[in-house]
Amino acid sequence: MKGFKKLTLGALALTLSASASLAATEVRIMWYSDGNEGEVLQDIVKRFETQNPDIKVVIDNVAFGVIKDQLPVQLEAGRGPDIVRVVELKSQAKHWLDLRAHLKDAATFEKSFSSTLDWMRDDGSNALPGFMTQLTITGPLVNTTLFEQAGVPVPGDKATWDEWAAAARKVAQNQKVPIALAFDRSGHRFMGPAISMGAKVIGPDGKPALVDEGFKAMAQRIADWHKDGTMPREIWGGVAGTTYKGANDEFVNGQVAVYFSGSWQVAQFSQKIGDKFDWSAGSEPCGPAACTGMPGGAGLVAVKYSQHPKEVARVMEYLASEPVVREFSERTLFLPAHQGVAAKGVDFKSKDPNVKKSLDTFLKATQSASPLALKMQSYKWSGAIYAAAISRLGQVVSGEAQLADAYVRIEEDIKQKVAEASR
Amino acid sequence: MSIVSETRGQAPSLSIVLAAPLRLVMGALNAPMSFVQRRFGLGGMGAVFLAPNMLIFGVFVLIPVAINLAYSFTGGMAIFFGERHVVGFEQYRTLFACGDYTQPATCREDAFWQSIHNTIFFVLVQVTVLVLAALGTALVLNREMRSRGFWRAVFFFPVLLSPVVVGLIWKWILQRDGLLNAVLVDYGFDRTLWLAERNWAMFWAIFVSVWAHLGFYALILLAGLQAIPRDLYEAAMMDGTGRLRTFWRITLPLLWPNLLVVITLALIRAVQIFDEAYVLTGGGPGTSTLFITQYIYETGFAHVLRNLGLASAASILMGVVLVGLTLLQLMASNRRNREGNR
Repeated sequence: MKGFKKLTLGALALTLSASASLAATEVRIMWYSDGNEGEVLQDIVKRFETQNPDIKVVIDNVAFGVIKDQLPVQLEAGRGPDIVRVVELKSQAKHWLDLRAHLKDAATFEKSFSSTLDWMRDDGSNALPGFMTQLTITGPLVNTTLFEQAGVPVPGDKATWDEWAAAARKVAQNQKVPIALAFDRSGHRFMGPAISMGAKVIGPDGKPALVDEGFKAMAQRIADWHKDGTMPREIWGGVAGTTYKGANDEFVNGQVAVYFSGSWQVAQFSQKIGDKFDWSAGSEPCGPAACTGMPGGAGLVAVKYSQHPKEVARVMEYLASEPVVREFSERTLFLPAHQGVAAKGVDFKSKDPNVKKSLDTFLKATQSASPLALKMQSYKWSGAIYAAAISRLGQVVSGEAQLADAYVRIEEDIKQKVAEASR
Repeated sequence: MSIVSETRGQAPSLSIVLAAPLRLVMGALNAPMSFVQRRFGLGGMGAVFLAPNMLIFGVFVLIPVAINLAYSFTGGMAIFFGERHVVGFEQYRTLFACGDYTQPATCREDAFWQSIHNTIFFVLVQVTVLVLAALGTALVLNREMRSRGFWRAVFFFPVLLSPVVVGLIWKWILQRDGLLNAVLVDYGFDRTLWLAERNWAMFWAIFVSVWAHLGFYALILLAGLQAIPRDLYEAAMMDGTGRLRTFWRITLPLLWPNLLVVITLALIRAVQIFDEAYVLTGGGPGTSTLFITQYIYETGFAHVLRNLGLASAASILMGVVLVGLTLLQLMASNRRNREGNR
């Protein structure tokens, strides 16, 4: 009889504990990873769950393609995860949850990420939908070993685009490497240099007004550098339309003197290059108007169709807190968007001296990005602008079109996209 | 009669034991099938048996085609049909707005017309080369030779590869520091940017596509060659007919039904070219290897601002071309059958 009682009590205790754990509210995060950030997030979330036993956080690790292609359909249907890591923040702003009413300290949240909140909310809105998990910025990556061997100094602060191109050419000729200057085939990558040259991009009426003297100055340089062999034809001229193409493999293989790409390459270059040669981020090349790269990055946002907005807000507030953002940035080698963390500096956890040097340079570049470059991240038509610029300039590089025709086509393409999207 | 009574006095044979569950199932189906036959009549049973396939075909093919057609009459960026604006034939008008169709640069959607030009060129050259190469390969593989099975496997092997893998392999061979350039430089030649030169890129897109699909079509033709009665060749040989005449008068006419299938399948597949070419050249340099399917993909899905209406209209036009090609094949096949029956 005693044994039966014990068994009954045990079963009861088990049932109660099971129901307690069942009572925990589930918050699902849809997440994609470029590097080790998924593992870092998992560690952080485990700690959150220990401190908050009433919330269970489930991380759904998915491919980037799922976020790009399937998430929009889910959101349009009024479904989706509770929280999602996403790059297309502005265009999907109507689906994000305003956390302001649910946060313990909305003011601190807002202050910490004030420079990037417009990137993820509708124009004129003051919603707090989430925060940037990392900032990125475009800029030059330099094979410093090649520069040293060629006896050419790496261009410093305030060096112009022409000086960078000349230095890269000298190094390539001296060291007999095939590519002097590689440049990601992307409208976003092109826009920073164009702004540096004086491109205004946005007209007084707020509509795109891309083709001006500043834009033409950079476009002309791109065309000339392809003609004289400074840039390789197979990157910009190698594919059609808006297709992205980079020169990662070429840089890793030591065949590129200067590669204009961005801060997101640092972790993988460290891993792939190892101690084969020294490399580093360089200062942002200058034009007459600015010395700016293009900022960007991915954000973590709450979805307004969540059934548990309060719990979602608690998770978000924890993940956006200064110590968590600091740890996340130090371990993932991502630049922090948290202004407090950025201001105090980040001790990036890497034994590779090239990493720390590069990330410090990029971090400095994020703080000196031009206001227009920052604004482009929250500009409704930036996607249309990037697409038109890269597809038409790609045709010029491949010899299919002249610059003058490309300018006309770029304007037409943007007008058509704006009209279609404004229906 | 029961199984037991059939096999009384001796152990039941293995086939009877194995057939027992089948007979049970058939017995169980007997009543419902009798009901269905009574309900629809013997003539309607064909439709009943076809219904499951037609249901799958309808759900996965016909309904998407209908949705696609409906989307082609809408505009805007919304994903769901109900939120889109009906624009009538505007998307088709945009596609057809052109000063001179032979000059894509004069068209409003110049990339669409460039992709049509590229696709037509690709289809004409690729299908011709592919069919001739497949025929030649089948003729060679049909001959008595040492290790015939091995050679057949060699030609068929690329068919087993995924198109993306095919594209990647050839990209590694053809890129700036690829295998081909390494060999050429070793022999003292200059490095060539195979995928960055307009004419070379198209050449390689066609070559790789032929290489990848040759085995499949050669196999169909090989089956056709093996079905030709040997005595016809023996009779021709006894009459002293030459090889070329034998080929024209015996092989080609008797192989024609298989050739027709090969030509039609190759045509349809060539019009739909996407994956290998996309991985290999990405449509470049410029738009020199941009094919219609990639144009549809780029317009509908690759841009941040997805133009589903325009992409749908382009895919409907492509569908019309494919239906036309299929009808041509059916007409040719029917004509051949009628001639054969006379």
